[in-house]
Amino acid sequence: MTAIIRAHDLAKSYANGKVVFSSIGLNIASRERVALIGSNGAGKSTLLKCLIGLLPSSGGEVVTLGESFRSAPSVAQLRRIRRQIGFVFQHHGLVSRQSVLTNVLQGKLGLPGGWRGWHHSIAKQHWREEAMQALADVRLLGKAGARADALSGGQAQRVAIARALIRRPKLLIADEPAASLDPAAGHDVMRVFSELTQEQAITLVYTTHDMEHALDYSDRLIALKAGKVFFDRPTAHVTRADLKDVFDA
Amino acid sequence: MAQLVGRMIPPNVEPGFLLRVFWRMIETFQIAVVGTAIGVVLSLPFAWLSAKDITPLGPFRHISRILVSLFRTVPDLVWALLFVSAVGLGAVAGTMTIVVDTIGFCGRFFAEAMEDADERPQEALFAIGASRFSVLCGAVLPDALPSLTNTTLFALEKAVRSSVVLGLVGAGGIGQELKVAFDLFQYKNASTIILVIFTIVVLMEFVTDRLRSKVQ
Ligand SMILES: Nc1ncnc2c1ncn2[C@@H]1O[C@H](COP(=O)(O)OP(=O)(O)O)[C@@H](O)[C@H]1O
Ligand SMILES: [Mg+2]
Repeated sequence: MTAIIRAHDLAKSYANGKVVFSSIGLNIASRERVALIGSNGAGKSTLLKCLIGLLPSSGGEVVTLGESFRSAPSVAQLRRIRRQIGFVFQHHGLVSRQSVLTNVLQGKLGLPGGWRGWHHSIAKQHWREEAMQALADVRLLGKAGARADALSGGQAQRVAIARALIRRPKLLIADEPAASLDPAAGHDVMRVFSELTQEQAITLVYTTHDMEHALDYSDRLIALKAGKVFFDRPTAHVTRADLKDVFDA
Repeated sequence: MAQLVGRMIPPNVEPGFLLRVFWRMIETFQIAVVGTAIGVVLSLPFAWLSAKDITPLGPFRHISRILVSLFRTVPDLVWALLFVSAVGLGAVAGTMTIVVDTIGFCGRFFAEAMEDADERPQEALFAIGASRFSVLCGAVLPDALPSLTNTTLFALEKAVRSSVVLGLVGAGGIGQELKVAFDLFQYKNASTIILVIFTIVVLMEFVTDRLRSKVQ
C-alpha cells in the first residue's frame, strides 16, 4: 500500500510559545479511514493543518501526497497538495444565499479552470452532471435548486461533503465534521463519509471527540494526548477503556 | 419672504413651459441614473481593494480607502464646478460629478458590506486553493448582495437630489432651468419647477423604499 501521509518527528509550537505537540510519527496508507482523536485542545486541528501544509510545523518532516517538506511546503507543492484534497470543517461553510448546486460546484475552485465553479450558470455541463451525481451520493438530489440556508445542519454538512467529493480528491480531511450536529444527523453524516470514501477509494482522515464516531467509522485510531501519540492501532483492537484513557485528563 | 411666495403663486402651467420642464427633469434623471450606474460599477473594484482581509493589496488597501474618502469628503458642488470648467456646461459634467459622488458613497459602504460577509464560506474556499477573486465572486458578493442593493438604492436617491442642485452651477438638468427662472425673476416658473422637483424626489423615495423592502 502506498503512503498518503507520512510524518516523522513532527513538532509544533505557536508563536506565543505554546507547545502543541512534539515527536509525532505517523503513517497513513491509501484508502485508510483514520480517526484522529483527543480531548478539546489536544492539538488535532493543528496536527491536521501541519500535515497538509496549511500551517508551518516547527520541526520534523512530512511527506503528503508525494510532496516532501520540512516546516512548510513551497507554494507549488502546496498547490499540488490542495488539488488532491477535499476539506470538510465543523461548520459546513456553505454560501447561504446560493443554491445547493452552486455550492457543490464551488468545490471545483482552485482546480485548473476552476473559476467556472463560481455559479452553476457558468459551470461546464459535465461539472453540473458530476455535481448532481455527488448530490445523489449524499442523498440530496431533490435539494439541488434549494437555497443553502434552507437546509438542516445535517443536510448542509452533506452538501459540504458533496462539494469536497466533486474535487475527486485522493484525500478527504474532515475536522470535527459532526461536532455541531444532533446525534442522529451526526451518525448520518459519518456514515456518508465512511461509505463514500470506501466506494470511491478515497483516504479519509477525520478528527472527533465523540467515542462512537471514532469507533464506528474508522479502520484505525490515532489518539493524541499531552502532545504525543498516545496510541495508534487498528480500531478493532481498541477498547472503550482505551478511549476513556484518551479523554481523561 | 412672504412677498416672494406671493409672486410665485400661481405656478406657471403653460403647456409649452411644462413640456420644457419635463424634458429638463428627464435630463436630471438621466444624469442621476447613468452617473449612479457607472459609479456603482466602479465602486465594486474600489470596495474590493479597500476591504480588510478581502483585498488583494494587503496593507496597501489604504491607498484605495483614502481615494474613496477623498471622493466623499470633497462636496459634490466642488466636483461639479471642477468638471464644468474641465468639460464645459451641461449634462456630461453633471454625470461625472454623480459618478465621483457615488464612488465616495458606495465605495465605502460596499467595502463594509464585504467585510461583514460570512467568513466561514470564504475560509472553506481558501482552504482548497481558490483565488481571492474567486472567493470574492463565489462567496463574498453573493453574501453581501442585499446590502449592496440597499446601498445602491440609497445612492440613486441621493443622486437624484444632488443632480437637481448640480444644475445650479451649470451641470445640466432641471436645476439649470431653476437658476434661469430665478435669474430672470420668473417666479411663477420657479414655483412650477420646485413643485416638480418635490414630487419627483418624494416619488423616488417611495419607489426605492418599496424596492428595499423586497430585498432580503
Ligand atoms: N493560533 C494559535 N495561537 C496559539 N495557540 C493556539 C492557536 N491555535 C490553537 N492554539 C492552541 O493549541 C492547542 C491545540 O489546539 P487545536 O489544534 O485547535 O486543538 P483541537 O483541535 O484538538 O481541539 C490549544 O491549546 C489551543 O489553545
Ligand atoms: Mg479542533
